[in-house]
Order: sequence, then C-alpha cells, then structure tokens
Amino acid sequence: MSSSRERVLARIRAALADVPATEDRPVHRDYLPTHIPEDRPGLLAVLAENLADYRAVVHRGTEADLPELIARLLGERGSTSVAVPADLPAAWLGAVTGVRVVTDSPAVTPGDLDAVGTVITGCALAVAETGTIVLDAGPAQGRRLLTLVPDHHVCVVRGDQVVASLPRALPLLDPTRPQTWISGPSATSDIELDRVEGVHGPRCLEVVLIE
Amino acid sequence: MSGTYLGMPAFPEAAAVSTQNAQLRANLSHATRTIRDKRAAAVAELTDWPELRQSGREIKDHTLRHLDRYLLQLEEAVTAAGGTVHWAADAEEANRIVADLVKATGEREVVKVKSMATQEIGLNEALAAEGITAYETDLAELIVQLADDRPSHILVPAIHRNRTEIRDIFADRMATWGRPAPEDLTDSPAHLAEAARLHLREKFLRAKVAVSGANFMIADTGTLVVVESEGNGRMCLTLPETLISVVGIEKVLPTWNDLEVFLQLLPRSSTAERMNPYTSLWTGTTAGDGPRHFHLVLLDNGRTDTLADEVGRQALRCIRCSACLNVCPVYERAGGHAYGSVYPGPIGAILTPQLRGTASEVDASLPYASTLCGACYDACPVAIDIPEVLVHLRERVAEQGTGHRAERAALRAATWLLDHPAAYTAATRAAVGTRRLHPRRLPLPGPAKAWSDTRDLPAMPEQTFRDWWKKNRGEGKTAR
Repeated sequence: MSSSRERVLARIRAALADVPATEDRPVHRDYLPTHIPEDRPGLLAVLAENLADYRAVVHRGTEADLPELIARLLGERGSTSVAVPADLPAAWLGAVTGVRVVTDSPAVTPGDLDAVGTVITGCALAVAETGTIVLDAGPAQGRRLLTLVPDHHVCVVRGDQVVASLPRALPLLDPTRPQTWISGPSATSDIELDRVEGVHGPRCLEVVLIE
Repeated sequence: MSGTYLGMPAFPEAAAVSTQNAQLRANLSHATRTIRDKRAAAVAELTDWPELRQSGREIKDHTLRHLDRYLLQLEEAVTAAGGTVHWAADAEEANRIVADLVKATGEREVVKVKSMATQEIGLNEALAAEGITAYETDLAELIVQLADDRPSHILVPAIHRNRTEIRDIFADRMATWGRPAPEDLTDSPAHLAEAARLHLREKFLRAKVAVSGANFMIADTGTLVVVESEGNGRMCLTLPETLISVVGIEKVLPTWNDLEVFLQLLPRSSTAERMNPYTSLWTGTTAGDGPRHFHLVLLDNGRTDTLADEVGRQALRCIRCSACLNVCPVYERAGGHAYGSVYPGPIGAILTPQLRGTASEVDASLPYASTLCGACYDACPVAIDIPEVLVHLRERVAEQGTGHRAERAALRAATWLLDHPAAYTAATRAAVGTRRLHPRRLPLPGPAKAWSDTRDLPAMPEQTFRDWWKKNRGEGKTAR
C-alpha cells in the first residue's frame, strides 16, 4: 500500500472532524420514477420520437419484416460489407445477398472494421424518455468496438426491451458488463454551439423498432 | 494545482483586457445566450427538477461526509474487477504515476479523452517533459491544443473561437501534429468536424495507451462513467490496450442506482440534451473486450483542503456541467481566460482558490470576480450556494490582509449608518441636495482606486426615497 493512500485518507478524516461518525442523514428520493405513461404503444412512440429528435432514423416493423428491411437499408446505404456479432439471429441476414459479412471475433481488428460499411446489432434495452439505446456486449451485440468503428449502425430494438426512464432501466442492467449508451448518432456542438452530426462514432444510426 | 496558468494576471487586469475584445464578447454572448435558452427548455421538460436537484445535492453531501468509506469501497470493487488503484496526493505525484505507467508499456504517445482533472494537474506538459506526446481528441480540446491556446469554458473549451478562426488553426497547424487538413477546407462546422475525424482516426487506430478522466465512479460496483457526444471518448476507452483514468476523489457516488439522478441532471444542465449521445460505463477489465489493463489514479490535489472548510466544501458537489458559466453576467463579458484557471466562471471563482489556496494575487482576486447576483446558484443542478462561498472566501482573503481592507472599512461605516436612522436620513438628504456637484466616478486614492476606476456612479435622484414616500404615500395619501 502506498504512503499517499494513507496520507490522503488521513487528510480526509481530519477534514471531516466536524462530522459525527454515526451520522446518517437521509437522502430524499421524491423525484418521479417516470415522466410518461408506461403502456407499450406509448413507450414505443415516445422512444421513436426522441430518437428522431436527435437525428436517428427510425423504422417500425414486425419480426417477419426484418430480413427484407435490413436488406433494403444496406442497399440504400450502398454497403458492400457488414459487421455482425457472432450470435446475431441468422434470419436477420436472410434476404441479404452479395454483401461481405464480417463476423465479430477476437481476430477482427479496428483496422478491419474501419473498412466495413455497416454494423447490425441488437441491444440490451432502450429508454423511451431520453431516447437512449443501451448495449452491454450481451446477446446479439458483440464487442464494444463493433458498433463504434463502422460509419453506419443498424440497431434492432424489440418492443419488450423498451422501458420508460432511467430509474426503470438501471436496476435491469448488470454493472459488471461494459456498457455503451447511445442517444442518436455521434454529434458535436464545439464550433459556435452549432450541432453537427457525426464526428468519430457512426455518423448514421438507424433504429428498427419491432412491435 | 500546477503552474499551467501561473503568470496570469489577477482577474481585474485580465478582465479589463478581455472585456475590450469585441470579437470575444460577441462569440461569448452568442454562445452563452444560445445554450441558456436551450437549457431552460430542457429543464422545463422535467416537472420534478427541484426534487432531482435536492436528491443530487443530498447524495453528494452524504458521500462527501463519508468520503473515506466510499473511496475504500471503490478501491476494493475496482481491484476485484481487475483494475489497479493508485493514490496521488498532489499534481506532481499524479503526473509521475501516469508517466511511469505509460513508460512501462514502452509507448511514447497517448490519446486523451477531454478531462478537467488532467488539465488541472498539467498532465500533457508533464508527459511532454518525459518525451511522451499526448493527443487531445475532443474537437474543442483539439482546437485549443493545435492553437497552443488554453481552454476557456468547462464544456466548450474553444467557445472563444469562431468558425473562421478554427478553419485557420486547422489549415495552419494540423500538418505538424499528423494528417494535414484538406486543401479545400471551408469554415462550415460540418466540414471542420470532418477534418477532425480524418485527422484523429489514424491516431485512434494505432493508439496503445489512453488517458481519461471520469464523470462518476460508483463505489459499490467499481464502475467508471464517461459522458460525451463525439465518440472520441468511446474510441479512447475501448480501442487501446491500456487505459489510465485520473479522477478527483470527489467524483465517487455510493451506488449504481444513484446514476438515475445524475444522468438526468448532468446532460440537461450542460448541453441541454435529454441525454448526451454517448455514455461509456466500465468496471475493471473485461476479457476479450476493451483495454486489457486498467489503472485508476485517485487525485487529491487540494480537494481535502476544500473538504476541511465547512462552508466551502459544498464546491466538491460540482459535476462540471458548466450551467453556472452560461448564466453568469461576469463570465459572459470577461471570458474564461480571465479566471486564470482551468475552472472558469462562478464555480472556478470558488473552486480554484480552495484547491490552490489564496496566497497568490490571482487566487485572492477570484472571490471578487462576481456581482453576487445569484444566477449561478439558481442554475446549479446540485444547488451549490456559490454566492455564500464567494462571500466566505472574501472574508478569508480579507483576514489574510492581502484582500480588500477598504471594503471592510466601508462596510463598517455603512453598518453604523444603517444603525442610526437620523444620521442616515441626513446623509441621503445631503447627497440629493448636492447631486449636481457629483462626479461621474469616485476619484478614490490608494487601493480603492482599482474599484472606483471600473465603476460609473449611479445618477442621484431628485429626492430621497423617504421624502418621496412622505409626499406620495404618507399619512393622508391614498395608497394604491
């Protein structure tokens, strides 16, 4: 143990000499658990609206529509290569033809992904009120770099993965998993506070909401 | 704090220069007004904002009052998750720890996520002295670094530059740091952002070591949290093999669920967004995903001195949102550089003199860089009573004899006058009677000259308020 550790701790204890050792002041939590009604269609509508407000492109559909929709999005984007997590449901790429598929594995480097047009993933959950999608490297998500290096991210969100608010979301998440929370595409306001979409992460985020 | 800003003049001299800079004032007034309006709208969306603010304040106060316990819990959790925790008593020690960790990897360059803590300790300069190049990757920090400039705002460090200046900086300087700017670079923000993307991507893809700060650390899980917009943070936090995070000891929160309060307060207060585009959360290391080595450097550097002050310790609640800067009439006119510190604006005026002490002229001047209008307190998402701490620090400066002794004398005189109504009435009548003879400024001698030189006297009315009241609202008159 370093001596600085003991020094800093001793300074803290000396600084708090006025605080009774047994003090236990209550923390009030009178804020709202959610700001919106929690019916399923309502949650999906709010999520779609908030994502679109931050310049994500939102598509709605059913599980059955997914293969055709994904093939169409790749075509519109002109992507000739697509990165996917190893456990992406095979059906999602069922209608995709003539596109190079890069499957996530430890052998795939950032440089490899830099040459890929589109990445397709699922998610852990989504928060309607804030327009946020949470990835935690769980099923159908792959490593964190997968959704970072390619310029076009297509993310599939199932209806039952949408919750209303942060107080609803946090208890469902596992802190031991690495997490990336995404609220719209990469953006900056550093130049005269003008918002510009797309600096380092994916400049285009397309979200597919499955009813 | 380090000598980063040493040699800067005290606030009154620095402000006297910057308030004459028309370009700077135009940039600042446009920027702060824009973000002020947006923020008000974002906050108004949440009907429970006062309750969130109260919880945020109470969670932070509770944590600070048991800081030793939560830091030990954090250390245990980070270590259990595969990270290594280092303790740094001051800037020099933190810089040495980081430099040694970088050298142990065999690397000579690092990529950096925007971090106030590493600016505060002058890490980039310390690494340069060891032959290590630190690349700032936040767009605004990149602008500041390329221009060999200093940040002037907590959230938007290049707020004092407009798009034409930024275009010129990129065109002139990018080539000396890496990939040159495109030949046909224009001053459109989108084009400038694209140039930064190309310039930095080669660095992200080859970087082996990254340095970051953190917005929050969670004691019970060992999780670190970085909020950002551009994706440069994600690049630095996930692509390199080694990640070193330098974080002030006050950034700890007790539990994972506490994030539900702070991740509502912070984005709306700082960028006026419901949520910032990217938030990264990691707990130690994860096999096969992200850095293989994670080091957390816990930084004191004056924070325990701040904690020891029972009035001033509330400054440690600060979550660095910068809302107080954007509402401050002094910051809007004087700009960030005038504060002589990486923490400008109202929060800087109370945080910097506490972290560094009030021995130097710059630091002793900072508690006076305010009109005490209270707008900062209203805007603060964790309810730091900045005016209260400013007044408290003015007392401290006055006591050490380097401050405004004249102010104390004036206040004593005013107190006597207000305690003696007949004398007060006589004095105000005398002032009205002689109004045509009054100068526009007080020609005060000695130390009071600095005060009087920068202030025009208000014009004296034709009669005193008391005389006006007697005539218009006194007995026999109908109050309306």
